[in-house]
Amino acid sequence: MTAATRAEVCAVAVADAFRGDGEKLASSFGTVPAIGARLAKLSFEPDLLMTDGIAMLLADVQPVSGEAKGDPVAEGWIPFRSVFDLLWSGRRHVVMVASQIDRYGNHNFACIGPHARPKAQLLGMRGAPGNTINHTTSYWVPNHSPKVFVERVDVCSGVGYDRAAALGPQASRFHEIRRVVSNLGVFDFSSPDRRMRLASVHPGVRVDDVVAATGFELAIGGDVPETRAPSELELHLIREVIDPAGARERELAA
Amino acid sequence: MDKRTTASEAIAELRDGMTLGIGGWGSRRKPMALVREILRRPVKDLTVVSYGGPDVGLLCAAGKVKKLVYGFVSLDSIPLEPHFRAARQAGAFQAVELDEGMLQWGLYAAACRLPFLPTRAGLGSDVLRINPELKLVKSPYAGAEELVAMPAIELDVAIVHMNRADARGNAQFLGPDPYFDDLYCMAAKRRFVSCEKIVDTRDFSKYGSFHTLKLNRTMVDGVVETPGGAHFTECPPDYGRDEAFQRAYAASARDAEAWQAFRARFLELESEAAYQDAVRAWREGSK
Repeated sequence: MTAATRAEVCAVAVADAFRGDGEKLASSFGTVPAIGARLAKLSFEPDLLMTDGIAMLLADVQPVSGEAKGDPVAEGWIPFRSVFDLLWSGRRHVVMVASQIDRYGNHNFACIGPHARPKAQLLGMRGAPGNTINHTTSYWVPNHSPKVFVERVDVCSGVGYDRAAALGPQASRFHEIRRVVSNLGVFDFSSPDRRMRLASVHPGVRVDDVVAATGFELAIGGDVPETRAPSELELHLIREVIDPAGARERELAA
Repeated sequence: MDKRTTASEAIAELRDGMTLGIGGWGSRRKPMALVREILRRPVKDLTVVSYGGPDVGLLCAAGKVKKLVYGFVSLDSIPLEPHFRAARQAGAFQAVELDEGMLQWGLYAAACRLPFLPTRAGLGSDVLRINPELKLVKSPYAGAEELVAMPAIELDVAIVHMNRADARGNAQFLGPDPYFDDLYCMAAKRRFVSCEKIVDTRDFSKYGSFHTLKLNRTMVDGVVETPGGAHFTECPPDYGRDEAFQRAYAASARDAEAWQAFRARFLELESEAAYQDAVRAWREGSK
């Protein structure tokens, strides 16, 4: 099998973020996160729940590209109001795309510029405030740059660790940002002061590349490991089962 | 009681400065025929509450919106509503941007005639900074947890689109999701349902189980039969989204000239029937 592409490394890194989640709803936005969630379910987290993106909980795993695999098997009905109920109960891990993210994991996809009169209206708050204060969140950044990894988010849609700490232990007890996966590396918040830490760099990426593409100072330990390579089985699942038409390669910055 | 009425009679109740709730979600099962009727009238300065789609985009582009209460405004297959984006970047209306769940809670509080409902959603985020009218409330129980007190979103008028309804105001959704249409109706003083087809009550069961009868007649004041009334948003199983037309609509946000051409061709018409004719002609022409 040919060596893993960067998109495949990223998909496996997203899959790894779901480790240990068990019977939770895995929600994902973007192609690489959709592949990662499916990969986790087909390998080490078989109990994850997933939807068809509309209102059906799917018992089977449908590909993100190419032809559907038979008729989808419904294991439940989950209209939007039930998604809200479920996320308030905490049994969910969402991977959202970040337009901006800062060193404490504060997230923005609402707008660029002042909220009262934005320079660029983006998606709006959507569910980010409720998601981040109620259950585990991870982020996907397909185009790592100082414009995304910023000193300060223009508007905070998803709550980061400094804001969560300011709320106190009671209000922040369900808050967790598990992982940030970008096209350059994997990041977490396991540093003592909960600053974003460079956990690994993808094969072919140098630590200096990540530092140069990041608009704030990352926590960086001594030897930064390389993001793990996909296994043969994982590459097979990505290439033949989950994304046979190769949608993953179109999502990453050139 | 026979609640059958027309789009024109229903929308005549909408006055300047009223708060209007619009059912559906994004570009899904929106009461577009009723929205188009609003566009034919001089009514203005509306506060619009919506899980927004082209309903919001059209009302913004037509300058009808003074204040918008929303979590997002999307065309689904086109992630950001272009007319909404243009109006927002021009500062054309007051933006009350909420978490999606907070919006549901505000409607539910109004539906239950409560002043607010507590929620964790919003804590720590800029939702509270950009909406300084939102307050916190302390739990009177053990732990004294502080939560957001999401205020009731009381509506003057609610409009929703369903697949089937009877003349008495019972209404049926046949697609995958009821969205929050029942809450809009329960939060409003006057409630109007447009539908693909008005049927005899005994015929609801031909289309779906009684679980699909999401609106009962206590929630509805008027029923309007508007076949194709959700166009160009989706209304399954009756029809899907008209993606080609939606693309043409989105392209009309490019500049003033494009918007004027779209308006003249599809919106500045005397009736919904004329709109449907114009869409048919457009479809024939683009083949």
